Amino acid sequence: MSTLAIDKAGPSRKVKYGSMSRDRAWALRWSYFFLVLFAIFFLTPPIYMLITSLKSSAEISAATNPWWVFHPTLSNYVELLTSNQFLRFFWNSSIVSLAVVLVTMLISVPAAFALARMKFWGSTTLATGVFLTYLIPDSLLFIPLFKMLAMVQDLTGITLLNRWYVLLFIYPTLTVPFCTWIMIGYFASIPKELDEAALIDGASWLQTLTRIFIPVALPGLIAATIFAFTVSWAQFLYPLVFTTSVDQLVLPVGITTTLIKGDVFNWGQIMTGALLGAAPPLIIYAFLMDYYIAGLTAGATKG
Amino acid sequence: MADVVVEQGQAVRAARARKPASLRNVLGRKSTVAFFLTLPLILLIALLVLYPAVYSVHLATLNKSMQKFVGFGNFLFLFKRDTFWMVVKQSCIFAVTAVFFKALIGFIVAHFVHNIPAKGQRKWRGMLLVPWVIPPAMSTLAWLWLFDPSYSAFNYTLSFFGIGPINWLGDNVWARFSVILVNVWYGAPFFMIMYLAALKSVPDQLYEAAAIDGANWWQKIWYVTLPMMRNIIAITALFSLIVTFANFDIVRILTSGGPLDQTHIFATWAFKVGIEGSDIPLGASVSLFMVPILAIAAIFILRDVSKRGNEA
Repeated sequence: MSTLAIDKAGPSRKVKYGSMSRDRAWALRWSYFFLVLFAIFFLTPPIYMLITSLKSSAEISAATNPWWVFHPTLSNYVELLTSNQFLRFFWNSSIVSLAVVLVTMLISVPAAFALARMKFWGSTTLATGVFLTYLIPDSLLFIPLFKMLAMVQDLTGITLLNRWYVLLFIYPTLTVPFCTWIMIGYFASIPKELDEAALIDGASWLQTLTRIFIPVALPGLIAATIFAFTVSWAQFLYPLVFTTSVDQLVLPVGITTTLIKGDVFNWGQIMTGALLGAAPPLIIYAFLMDYYIAGLTAGATKG
Repeated sequence: MADVVVEQGQAVRAARARKPASLRNVLGRKSTVAFFLTLPLILLIALLVLYPAVYSVHLATLNKSMQKFVGFGNFLFLFKRDTFWMVVKQSCIFAVTAVFFKALIGFIVAHFVHNIPAKGQRKWRGMLLVPWVIPPAMSTLAWLWLFDPSYSAFNYTLSFFGIGPINWLGDNVWARFSVILVNVWYGAPFFMIMYLAALKSVPDQLYEAAAIDGANWWQKIWYVTLPMMRNIIAITALFSLIVTFANFDIVRILTSGGPLDQTHIFATWAFKVGIEGSDIPLGASVSLFMVPILAIAAIFILRDVSKRGNEA
C-alpha cells in the first residue's frame, strides 16, 4: 500500500513542483486582489470624509458625482478653524486628553510596579480585579455616575455637572485599568537581576522604579500613553451625558450636537470637523504605529 | 528563558530566607511602600467603578422621583413592555452577528496579509488598521453621510447597477443591517491585528509537516492554524462581545435607535430612558440587564487569561 503511494509520487514529482510554485503565484495574486477589495471597504469612509470636506455646500446639494470634487475649496477648513466654537471644542479635547494621560500614568505606573514586583497581601487578587474593571463598560456606569455627580454637587456646592473638568476624574476609570494591566506585563518581563542589582547598590524602591523600570519599559510606557490618549480623545458617552453647554463640550460631542442644526445637515462642515477630530489619533498612529500595535496586542497576549 | 528566571527567583528567595531579621525588615518596608503605590489605583476603582456599579443596583429599586423603594417594580414594568423585549432581541442579534463577521473578516484579511511577502506586510497592515484608529463617533458620521437618503453616495453608486434607492437608515431591516455593517467595519481591523500576531507565532515546521502529509490549504487551516490559534480567537471574540454588546456611539449617531426603536440596544435605550427621559432608576435597570452576559464573557476571559499565565 505504502510502496504504491511512493511509486505514484515518484514520476509526478517534477510536475508537482512546477504546479506548487504556480499555485503560490496564483495565491499571491488572489491575496493582493482581496486585500485591495478589503482596503477599499476599510478606507471608503475616511476618504469620503476628505472628498466631502473639499466641496462647497453648493456642490454638495447639486447632487453631482459624490465621489469626485469638481471645484475643490478649503472654505470648510477656513470656516471651522476660524470659528471660536470649534477651536473651543478642540482646546477642551486637548486639555482633557493630555491631563487624563498624565493622571493615568501617575496612577497606573506606580501601581503596576507594586503589583508586578512587590508581592504583598492581596496583590494577585488586586491584579485580577484591575483586569476585571477593564471589562466593565462605560454604558453600565454612566447613569449611576451621573446621579453620583449630582449628589456630590448638592452636598458640597461644587459645580460638577456640565463642566469639562469633571471628565478628568471620570476618564481615568477607562484608561487606568488597561494601562496598569499592560504595564504589569511589561514590568514582569524585566529580568529580576536588574532590580536586585539596584537594591544591592542601595537604591530605594522608588529609585528602582524611576531609574531602572521606567527607562527599561519605555516602549510599554509609550504604548500605554498612546492608548490613554486615543481612548480619552474618542470617548463619546460620558461627555454627552455630563456636559451640555456649548463652551464645555469636547470635540466628538461638539461636532455631533452643534454642527447638526435641527434637520439641516451642513455635510461639508461636518465632514471637515470629523476629519480634524480624527486627525490627532491618525497622526500619532502614522508615526508610532509599532507602539500602537504593541499596546493593542499586549492586552490579550501578555499577563 | 522563563524557567531560568523562576529558578533564580527561588534562589534569591532562599537566600533571603536565611536571614530572617532582615527579611522581616524588608517586608515591613516593602508592604508600606507597595500600599502607597497602589493606593490611588484602589481609590479610583473603589470610588468611581465599584461604588457606581453597586449604586446602580440600588438606583434600580427606586421609583422615578427616587423617593420611594419599589423593589423589583422597575424590572416587572420592563418585562411588560414590548420595547424592552425588542431591545433584548436586537442587542443579541447585533452583538452576535457583528462579532461573528468581525472575527470572520479579521481572520480572512489576516490570512491574506500573512500570505504576501514580509516586506509589504507593514504597509498593508498600517492601511487596514485605520478604521480602528479613527474615533468611532467621527467615522460613524462619515457612514451617516454615506447612507444619506437623498444625496447618498451608496445609492448613487448602486443606481448604475439598476438597484433602486435603498432607505438605509429608515427601513427597519436595512437600518439593522447598517448598524451591524458599521460595527463590523470598525471592529474587524482589531481582529485582523490580533490574528496576524497569532499567525506569526505558529511555527513553520507544522505547515511543512502538514504539506508533506499531503494536506491541502483548507486542511492546513482546519488542522494546524485553528487549533494553534484557538486561545487567541476565544479571548478576542469574548472581549469583542463585551465591547459590542455595550456599544453606544455607533447606534446613537447612526439611527438614535430609530426607526420606531427598532435598532435600540441596551446602552442607547438606557440613555434614552434614563437621561433623555430623566427616569434614572428605569435607565439604571435597563443597563443592569447587560450584566449577566458581560459576567459570563468576563468569567471565560479570566479563565483563559489565567490559563495562559500558568502556561508561561
